Amino acid sequence: MKPDTYFIDGNTACAEGAIAAGCTFFASYPITPATEILETMAKRFPEIHGSYLQMEDELASIAAVIGASWAGRKAMTATSGPGFSLMMENYGFALMTETPCVIVNVMRGGPSTGLPTMVAQGDVMQTRWGTHGDVGVVVYCPGSPQEMFDMTVEAFNTAERYRLPVVLLSDAVVAHMTEKVVIPPKEELDIVNRKKPKNSPEEYLPYCPDEDLVPPMACAGEGYGVHVTGLTHDERGYPSVDEKTQTFLVTRLINKIRKNSDDILKYEEYKVDDAEIIIVAYGSVSRSAREAVDMARAEGIKVGLLRPITLWPFPEDRIYELAAKGVKAFLVAEINFGQIVYEVQRCTDGHCPTYLAPRMGGSIHTPEELVERLYGINEGKEGSN
Amino acid sequence: MSIRKSRNYFSPDYMNQQKEKDKSYGLHPLDGYLKKDRIPHIWCPGCGLGVVLSSFLRALDHSGIPKEKTAVVSGIGCTGRVAGYLNMDSFHLTHGRAIPFATGLKVGNPDMVTTVFSGDGDLFAIGGNHFIHAARRNVDFNVICVNNFNFGMTGGQAGPTTPTEATTTTTPFGGFEHPFNLPAVAAGSGAVYVARWTAYHVEALIRSLEEALNKKGFCFVEVLTPCPTGYGRRTGQKTGKEAMKYYKENSRIEHGADPTEVSLDQDEIIVGKFVDREAPTYQERRGEIFQAIRKKKGVE
Repeated sequence: MKPDTYFIDGNTACAEGAIAAGCTFFASYPITPATEILETMAKRFPEIHGSYLQMEDELASIAAVIGASWAGRKAMTATSGPGFSLMMENYGFALMTETPCVIVNVMRGGPSTGLPTMVAQGDVMQTRWGTHGDVGVVVYCPGSPQEMFDMTVEAFNTAERYRLPVVLLSDAVVAHMTEKVVIPPKEELDIVNRKKPKNSPEEYLPYCPDEDLVPPMACAGEGYGVHVTGLTHDERGYPSVDEKTQTFLVTRLINKIRKNSDDILKYEEYKVDDAEIIIVAYGSVSRSAREAVDMARAEGIKVGLLRPITLWPFPEDRIYELAAKGVKAFLVAEINFGQIVYEVQRCTDGHCPTYLAPRMGGSIHTPEELVERLYGINEGKEGSN
Repeated sequence: MSIRKSRNYFSPDYMNQQKEKDKSYGLHPLDGYLKKDRIPHIWCPGCGLGVVLSSFLRALDHSGIPKEKTAVVSGIGCTGRVAGYLNMDSFHLTHGRAIPFATGLKVGNPDMVTTVFSGDGDLFAIGGNHFIHAARRNVDFNVICVNNFNFGMTGGQAGPTTPTEATTTTTPFGGFEHPFNLPAVAAGSGAVYVARWTAYHVEALIRSLEEALNKKGFCFVEVLTPCPTGYGRRTGQKTGKEAMKYYKENSRIEHGADPTEVSLDQDEIIVGKFVDREAPTYQERRGEIFQAIRKKKGVE
């Protein structure tokens, strides 16, 4: 789509964001509520010389995406919970082999087949711990169709800069909501491409990191003879089973994100400065939460909203700071039985109570029900979570 | 296309040419293709993997395809370790996912001559669905299946190619399942080239692999190989030599045999080139359609 202002849904915005970021490879398997991303890609890709592959399942989709990334392409896949579960295997492989790519998960109600057409936020911890082993991950959680565009671009940039699979954790409401989306001109977009090796194939060590802990990436066909394995590997990329290699590699993979988290971390605050109670909400729920802040403030309760845009890295320091500063309580609103609430609780470090506003049933919280909870917390009627 | 057409391997010209090539390599003509600092390999004495690997490298060498433009993708298992020994772009994937990865790699960079080199368990148990779909799509890459009739890396369990009556660690009383006839699976799914050889048929295997490397489309070569450690010791082929002797005495070459009639549950092993047909590849079909769309929309 040409740079302009559009009235489109979140999934279309996501597809357009990917194209704007330079994505030329897309492999996926149809699944509600992510299918519009596939359909947009299929329609748009001939024009941009892209490769669209509809694979046999999600296991294959992500494997093909990883293959295309090693062929030098910017690659993406899109799915929902059931497909995301299948992808966990190669999500880990991409993390281990430091393969830049983007995985979109448009969350729907679970567990299992659950509520295919309805919203939920049950996959939050799966993005963090779903694959086996210790990993450092980056997860973006857009709250509007505009952010579906912006954060898809950002996800590609982070994937390329830090060499890892980045998850765009959307949900059925944000994905299917139609709103104003501005597609900026190309020159206004900051596009990052992966670092390439500067030395010769003889000198090149594929897993020898630079100071930022990210190794330059040679791809297939560039004459570097890269070897890529999911086994624990040394700087040459050779498999190794010794303790030193494992410690060095895994520590680096985690520190790569941890030490660069200031650069990656993104969150938005709304009326937080004088707030006594802070709602933490992300994705579609943050929209109700914002309304609840205004409604509660109209009733004289000092409430603010902290909306993590990256769920990982998580705004740990900021939450600690607010808790230590004397915020009375945190209220975490999420469409699940409590996932991010424990992260918030951990970050408050006992300075104040953390309450949970859970939700089931396939819809988002209403502002009114959040205000009700805020009354309760304000009047000290709520037991701690 | 005849299998023996491509070259006279024993002509003086050709042999001299190869000798010159050998000089540039050092100790062994195929050394340049291997990561020598990764040798010795992990494979057991009597294993057929070395034969298949060196046959592949010889075919690659004969084909003249530069190794910078060659990618090898393996899954998990003993054969999965092939990628790690190669001095070229090589990928050691998760279990069963070599084929979809190769699909992405090939479509992502159509210049790469891509070969999936993996075992029967990896390709046809956990990866079976990917195999039939890649064949159906006719993506332009080769699949070499080293079939040793069992899961060797994990110690000799039954797999999708284990003969029904065979005793393995997970079929201690013999099995109850019918094995795949791999050439029939490949041909029925749409592969344009299907061949079967054994580790005994080295010359024919080299030719078949060279032919597959030069052929457009989804090519499948099955190679029966001895696995004395995992399989043979429980099934009466205690050494690699015994297995090779069995292959020698019980194989019959029948080019063009109907793939549905070459299952391994008969007295003889039928080997040969069963399918060699032409069909537009995934990339060719897509290229045509996409070009037409771009023309219609007036974009370059």
